[in-house]
Amino acid sequence: MNGVAPVYAPSPRGALGALGVLATVIRRDLLLALRRKSEVLTSLFFFVIVVSLFPLGIGPEMALLRTIAPGVLWVAALLAAMLSLNRLFASDYADGTLEQMVLSPAPLGLLVIGKIMAHWLVSGLPLVLIAPVLGLQYDLAPRPLAVLILSLLIGTPLLSLIGAIGASLTLGVRGGGVLLSLLTLPLYIPALIFGAGAVEADISGLGAAGHLSLLAGLLALAGFFAPWATTAGLRIALE
Amino acid sequence: MDNKIIHWFKFGSPQTFYPLAGKMVPWFWALAAIFLVVGLWLGFFVAPTDAVQGEAYRIIFIHVPASWMSMFLYVVMACWAGIGLALNTRLSSMMASAIAPTGAMFAFLSLWTGALWGKPMWGTWWVWDARLTSELILLFLYLGFMALQAAIDEPRRADKAGAILALVGVVNVPVIYFSVKWWNTLHQGASISMSKGSTMAVTMLWGMLVMALCFWMYSIAVALMRVRAIMLERERHTDWVKYAVE
Repeated sequence: MNGVAPVYAPSPRGALGALGVLATVIRRDLLLALRRKSEVLTSLFFFVIVVSLFPLGIGPEMALLRTIAPGVLWVAALLAAMLSLNRLFASDYADGTLEQMVLSPAPLGLLVIGKIMAHWLVSGLPLVLIAPVLGLQYDLAPRPLAVLILSLLIGTPLLSLIGAIGASLTLGVRGGGVLLSLLTLPLYIPALIFGAGAVEADISGLGAAGHLSLLAGLLALAGFFAPWATTAGLRIALE
Repeated sequence: MDNKIIHWFKFGSPQTFYPLAGKMVPWFWALAAIFLVVGLWLGFFVAPTDAVQGEAYRIIFIHVPASWMSMFLYVVMACWAGIGLALNTRLSSMMASAIAPTGAMFAFLSLWTGALWGKPMWGTWWVWDARLTSELILLFLYLGFMALQAAIDEPRRADKAGAILALVGVVNVPVIYFSVKWWNTLHQGASISMSKGSTMAVTMLWGMLVMALCFWMYSIAVALMRVRAIMLERERHTDWVKYAVE
């Protein structure tokens, strides 16, 4: 039996490099999302509706709306991200795919990163793209609007990364949805502060660079640690 | 030879720790009671009336130690949870679960007494001050930890999931604190300053320290009592629990 290759070694033909694995996971999740369009659109419309409700509750004074616009858009983005997080691992958990992912030779962390990136592409990026229109509803000037879009562009991947930890911990748990928001929303606070703060800093003349840098720093930090914690959470859920 | 080996982990098992904890609880209660009497006596009768704040300032003898304990207990809880996760020891995770409600209680107490103090001092129950806000978020973190553990039926999974959440929380607490601080300074400047350390009379400081000791002893006593209950609950199928209960 000496010359026989061990069975667990990945065969050279079927093996994918790290980027290949990543691309496969992202393509798969995007395809699944495209097949179930309503789920994707639900969180996008939720975002639009929540943002549109605030003027109705507060009143149509433009000066006030301009002031609260960054905060409202950011809080609505947090809630919309919350809404879509449930689906990040739940269907894969239910049909056993997640178990196969844990067993597969590809590192689970890589698969998790792929799923998080796909989640951002499906539920984060559309919010960034629709935000300029909503910003105009709030009469934001072009420059603060640009800062707001930039802060959302940096901040929404952060929301997906942090949210993935909560999603992995509440997998298959009673009342998972409500619990997920209880766990994740406090951890979102720094993103909210720096994201919405960037616009305010820009308006007040301080410059948004500091806030955006801090936001990007948090993104780098979360990009390193969050997949790690998520992987640990998934392993616990599948034990 | 065997007798000379120290059994470092002797009290790491519920079976041996249960009676030990039972013996320690009354002592910590007694110490807590002594420190409470001394601390309150110092705080209410010995410490001078504050020149600016009058008598109402005396709430800090509860408020400040409660805030300290709420923050400290979160770190202790995360340490126990991390040890439980790394070494797979049951008792460490039980300690983490036992500490959480006490920490949450202190966080709430700190917010409550802070509001009572803020009304006569600042004329408002609540300001969006950095410390108040981060204390509130700390309370949310405690509640999240307890809710997650309560939602998972299987104790081992609850322990591990809670441990990851506690560790993520511990990394986040400083981030949250500084972000809230910067947010606060940007919004309203340093309009309210709570730093009065240098002007504090020595007896006031002593009163606070003794009260902090009292809260420590109370926390240890309550955590031990709670961990005893958790041990009985989780190990109810074992023989030693049957003996212990009888």
